[in-house]
Amino acid sequence: MNRPAFSFQRFFAIVLKEFIQMRRDRVTFAMMIGIPMVQLILFGYAINSNPKHLPTAVYAADNSPFSRTIVWALRNSSYFDLTREAHSAAEIKTLLAEGKVQFAVTVPVDFSRQLLRGEKPDLLLEADATDPSAVGFAQAAVSQLATTVINRDLTGPLARLRASAPPFNLLTHQHYNPESISQYNIVPGLIGVMLTMTMIIITGLAITRERERGTMENLLSTPVHPGEVIVGKIVPYILVGYVQMTLVLLAAKFLFNVPFIGSVPLLVGLTFLFIVANLAVGITFSTLAKNQLQAVQMAFFFFLPSLLLSGYMFPFRGMPGWAQAIGECLPLTHFLRIVRGILLKGNGLGECAPDLWPIALFVAVMLAIAVKRYRQTLD
Amino acid sequence: MKTSTSASAFAIDVRGVTKKFGHRTVVNDLCMQVRPGEIYGFLGPNGSGKTTFLRMLCGLLQPDAGEGSCLGLDFRRESAEIKKRVGYMTQKFSFYEDLTIEENLDFIARLYGMARRKAAVEKSLARLGMLERRTQLAGTLSGGWKQRLALAACLIHEPQLLLLDEPTAGVDPKARRDFWEEIHQLAAAGLTFLITTHYMDEASRCHRLAYIAYGHLLARGTVAEVVQAGGLTTWEVAGENLAALAGKLRRLSGVEQVVAFGTALHVSGRDAEKLRAAITPFLASGQRWTQIESGLEDVFISLMETTPDNFS
Repeated sequence: MNRPAFSFQRFFAIVLKEFIQMRRDRVTFAMMIGIPMVQLILFGYAINSNPKHLPTAVYAADNSPFSRTIVWALRNSSYFDLTREAHSAAEIKTLLAEGKVQFAVTVPVDFSRQLLRGEKPDLLLEADATDPSAVGFAQAAVSQLATTVINRDLTGPLARLRASAPPFNLLTHQHYNPESISQYNIVPGLIGVMLTMTMIIITGLAITRERERGTMENLLSTPVHPGEVIVGKIVPYILVGYVQMTLVLLAAKFLFNVPFIGSVPLLVGLTFLFIVANLAVGITFSTLAKNQLQAVQMAFFFFLPSLLLSGYMFPFRGMPGWAQAIGECLPLTHFLRIVRGILLKGNGLGECAPDLWPIALFVAVMLAIAVKRYRQTLD
Repeated sequence: MKTSTSASAFAIDVRGVTKKFGHRTVVNDLCMQVRPGEIYGFLGPNGSGKTTFLRMLCGLLQPDAGEGSCLGLDFRRESAEIKKRVGYMTQKFSFYEDLTIEENLDFIARLYGMARRKAAVEKSLARLGMLERRTQLAGTLSGGWKQRLALAACLIHEPQLLLLDEPTAGVDPKARRDFWEEIHQLAAAGLTFLITTHYMDEASRCHRLAYIAYGHLLARGTVAEVVQAGGLTTWEVAGENLAALAGKLRRLSGVEQVVAFGTALHVSGRDAEKLRAAITPFLASGQRWTQIESGLEDVFISLMETTPDNFS
């Protein structure tokens, strides 16, 4: 066979052409630079699998030097930030259910009296263990602490209490996921991740495809209204979203035995808002993207921080403040709290409310952008 | 059938239509009057504003200035009503390639909210001669058939006016001829057409023409009127060494254009006397010279070359 020789000139012509096209496609170029940067920042700075400074509530029924010492020692361990002071056991329960705190420490009424009598009182540490990886290290730290912390206060005649065994019992209760099964955390969260992924990509594509193929022009020359086009294109995908959700819920129940403590109808209802939020993102992207490839790139650009900063893969509270602030803006973050709250904690509408309004706000902002952009692209 | 008791006896009657994109004026102060049942040809070079004008007529774009009526309706304010009575066929095939022929027609019929939808789709399929191919995906059709499907889809809601944007681009001559045959039949039945095209044979099959370049209307009327208004004198030269001759002729004042047509040259100018004086030295150089009637194409090329391109 007489194979033509490899021509450097022809090869170079193609290389050159690719670079020219790459430069013209601004969005692709931005993504090529932007995505690695985002990954670098997120993985390098934001993600921390050994979260510290976890918000902790203290209910000190016994206000004694000992309990103050314990509280002080917890804070010094750098794992606990004492953000709340509770005044009843019920308050502790609410704070944990709403996810306001990760831990709650209860010093019982007779703590110091029993301690001095050598009766080994109980100190209660409750943890929100929906995400087992968020609490593991902190719990290990606290059990170390218990043996040594109080020794300093046991001076003079009390020195006899400095036994090898700790002078009090540390009781830890892992709420919501006592066996630290990570599937309990991951599988319900997967509903949110899947919906984010498909809803954004599919709606982003659905509208850019009409424009790319020229069918949008034809559509708009008929009596159909732009609103009818958008809503009509979205509704089928809302149904698709619910099919996906049903599949994950069935798998969660029957394959992974995730407990369903709260109301599934409530979850289905609240999911609607989340689906709308993602569709709003998809539509906004489709008004910005010039072609389908750009729509996919934008979807990926949104998906990446959603996955990493929402608390799905890594503990939310392990992240630095700026990363948490970004996370708070993402609908997935709030939806994960809702799903885990309903399924694992048995939360009702009241406990979900603090995570509902941020999603609603997000929808309003996104739709405002989408509508503004849509008008411009028509003319 | 409608309350078209409008003051205007025209299907399209617009004045002063202007559209700007940024600082570029794409359509400038355009007037157009099209009679009912007329096939009106709309010509002009690429990027001259033809498509933009069609889009304004059917309400896809808002004009910056202008007034008038389309099918007796205010074309700026009643575009929703106009859309129901107008069929617009885009330059690019813009139906769904992943739907079948029948599904495409059914979709369009639903968008127009047709009362007897099924019957309309059947009728349309029958007229297309596609009854037995109804389940074929539109994407698998050849260029000529795609164009026929597009026309059928534009007709399904029984519009009174059809706006066709380069309907025959990339279609073979036989299919093009059939297409024009159908258009003439529809026009005879009372339908009005506004058709953009680049083909001179198609232009000469229109009842009347308008020629637009760089947003300005340059000529309009019947083919004969347009040719006459062009005021062009044309000589045809046949014989040997035409390429060399063309080079010489182009340098002469009075000769405004020299265009090769196969084995002949068309030499034209607007000043007949000046042209004659310029070519006299060549009349006896062995080629055959004959004065002919200027064609549409000669006129259009002349119009195009004497109009400054205000975009560059």
